[in-house]
Amino acid sequence: MGRTSTFLLSAAMLAGTMPASAAWQPQKPIEFVATAGPGGGTDNLARAVQNIITKHKLTEQPIIVVNKGGGSGAEGYVYAKASAGDPYKVIFGTSNAWQQPLVSKVAFNYTDLTPVAAMAQDEFLLWVKQDSPYKSAGDYLKAAASGEFKMGGAQSKDTDEVLTRMIEKAGKVKLTYIPFKSGAETAVQLAGGHLDSHVNNPSESLGQWRGGTQRPLCVFSPKRLPQGPKVTASEGWSDVPTCVEQGLDIKQYEQPRTVWLPGKVTPEQAAFYVDLMKKVQATPEWKDYIEKTSQVDTFLTGAEFDKFIKEDLEHVRQVAGEQGWLVK
Amino acid sequence: MDNLADLLHGFSIAVTMPHLALMAVGVLLGILVGVLPGLGAPNGVSLLLPLTFGMQPVSAIILLSSMYWGALFGGSVTSILFNIPGEPSSVATTFDGYPMARDGRPTTALATAFGSAAFGALIGVILITFLASWVAQVALAFGPPEYFAVYFLAFASFVGMGGAAPIKTVVALAIGFAIAAIGIDTVSGSVRLTMGVDELVKGVSFVVAVMGLFGIGELLVAVEEEFHARAVSSKIDWREVFRAVGRLPRHGVALLRSAAIGCWMGITPGGPTAASFMSYGIARRFSRRGRLFGTGEIEGIISPETADHAAGTSALLPMLSLGIPGSATAAVMMGGLMIWGLNPGPMLFVDQKDFVWGLIASMYVGNIVAVALVLLTVPVFAALMRIPFVVIAPLIVIICVVGAYSVSNSYLDVVMMLGFGVVGYLFKKLFYPLAPLVLAIVIGDKAEDAFRQSMLLSKGSLGIFFANKLVTCLIVGGIALLLLPLVLQLARLWRKPASPAIDTPAQEKVII
Repeated sequence: MGRTSTFLLSAAMLAGTMPASAAWQPQKPIEFVATAGPGGGTDNLARAVQNIITKHKLTEQPIIVVNKGGGSGAEGYVYAKASAGDPYKVIFGTSNAWQQPLVSKVAFNYTDLTPVAAMAQDEFLLWVKQDSPYKSAGDYLKAAASGEFKMGGAQSKDTDEVLTRMIEKAGKVKLTYIPFKSGAETAVQLAGGHLDSHVNNPSESLGQWRGGTQRPLCVFSPKRLPQGPKVTASEGWSDVPTCVEQGLDIKQYEQPRTVWLPGKVTPEQAAFYVDLMKKVQATPEWKDYIEKTSQVDTFLTGAEFDKFIKEDLEHVRQVAGEQGWLVK
Repeated sequence: MDNLADLLHGFSIAVTMPHLALMAVGVLLGILVGVLPGLGAPNGVSLLLPLTFGMQPVSAIILLSSMYWGALFGGSVTSILFNIPGEPSSVATTFDGYPMARDGRPTTALATAFGSAAFGALIGVILITFLASWVAQVALAFGPPEYFAVYFLAFASFVGMGGAAPIKTVVALAIGFAIAAIGIDTVSGSVRLTMGVDELVKGVSFVVAVMGLFGIGELLVAVEEEFHARAVSSKIDWREVFRAVGRLPRHGVALLRSAAIGCWMGITPGGPTAASFMSYGIARRFSRRGRLFGTGEIEGIISPETADHAAGTSALLPMLSLGIPGSATAAVMMGGLMIWGLNPGPMLFVDQKDFVWGLIASMYVGNIVAVALVLLTVPVFAALMRIPFVVIAPLIVIICVVGAYSVSNSYLDVVMMLGFGVVGYLFKKLFYPLAPLVLAIVIGDKAEDAFRQSMLLSKGSLGIFFANKLVTCLIVGGIALLLLPLVLQLARLWRKPASPAIDTPAQEKVII
């Protein structure tokens, strides 16, 4: 009897103390900060993750999504910087966390944040109007060499313009870059014939491709996109050639969807969220989200994520330096 | 009539008990978020969005769009009763709605607003039903120069509108442009006018500005004048609700003109806010009683409300057919569409017939449900006017403070809101008009982006604004609206050389 009760007691103690000593657990509601307005890709990610966590009860605490998308996302990062040490704020962003401080005088840097993970990669494609005469990126570059083409994109000195300047350099052409508020707006401008091309992500122009108003020439990726359902009657994403295949030598250009905590949180707190995001990624709803938004499933964390940031930063710094965008 | 058959099919989807129940829930929630300033339709819809992930897409969109209708209606309530616009698009409703309510006729003001709003929404839905594909083509013709021309038209319909001295209108516009420029600039990507305040990088929220300018500004004036010290003894009469709605057909011209402006701005997509301002400006210009606008004129309520709802409704069309949202709420719903696995764009009408026509049918039914529910609430809301000023004044301050804070959970917004309150007070005391200031804050940065994008396209040549028929017509129309008061003034002088009571032509020239 005595032995049994001792055993039960120790088992209970073990059960009670194990989680507390092994890992940090949130004790109050968690705030997801989307560094974009409602409806954009970053906002969709934050809400999809919130939905999955709630559905599978991956944490006991409720989650609230707030949008701080002002100043091309700077609002959310500045907010994160001001919340240093607060493990109840999770920031969802893109590569603008490290790109924006390079080119404009915003009051934050990515070093003010604690990186959690990069959860998905959005690809970039070169798009032209459906009825334009160019069959390949080669045709496009040939035509662009003789006349100055109008390239549209979302925001200024951000990923779209960086890629545009890379195309200029690799293809030895000159493009006039016109910044719009969003990729969706840019897609409509191309459909209306006000632009010659843009470099939207797949999800931003999917509807337009299906509707036959614009088509992709090539994808800025080392290999073709994975086989998925057909988008148009005859073609799917995997039928789009890579840009390198077509003589436009840009091997890889991607937009990571990134997750951060404010600075000065403990390693245990960061580990909790890394683990949480891993669990999210293992659900069927996540696969569904990735497929519907035509993104690539990745999970970079720790040293891998750091390496990715450093490489991308170096690359953008080079392009920004050539263009004279760097802020002092 | 293919569309008619599709629409009937749509009705068979929309008019089912579960969907009718969803509509009622959506509308009631919408009225709630519309009435509470700072919450607003875009936020309300995004709060509700996660709940819809498990639903059928058609049920989900019915719920969300009903909430949108409810919020559009609810936004007018606080504008009329307390001079606090709950939605950006109901600012123009305050100009005549609030004076009328203070005059002891809140029931008439609310019923008129709701009745004309329902009319505007109906015209918007009819347009979507029958002209969907044509309208989608028109919207595609709009590049940056055309956008700029539309905004120019909206500004032109306001400048020299009479009332305030034109030079004061221009000063108010200029201050508005400066406020709109705060934050990150789309075209250059650099940070502007943040004056060392890091948080200002997000720009100045419209809601923060209007709650201060109107809500707090009005309150300061009222406290000083002791004018509102007693409650308005408004008679609450059920029959007045029906009488006010029954009187609407007498203003048929204003209704139709405002609906046309609203549909046009919704599709192009200038959006509901620009539509309501433009409609108000034009009504003031062309109404025989234009000089009385701002004192509680019926047409001053009808015009912005009809245009607001016509635009709000037709703004859903570019979203569905082109994948470009015509308003902030439409943008949120578009995000929802993607998560439900539907891709907005031209193929939606072909691939997802049930969804599209179910939604369109629900717009008819949802608006009827919405207008019935809001008309029922009129006496309740009107009764709020009986509460003495000493009770209501602190409540208004609380609403404004909470509203400003809830925009992005920021204390800076509360401080700015109070600052705008002082600006609003000064504007009133010095007889500067608030409307142009607000208009410039709302569409100033969009107009600027469109202008600079045009200049990039044309390499700096203004010729781009006369490059095709569409943009030329819009620009010429805008210039004509600008010059009209001057021409009328000159004509009057020609006939009656001495009329010292009216603004002098020298003053008019300043604006041009």
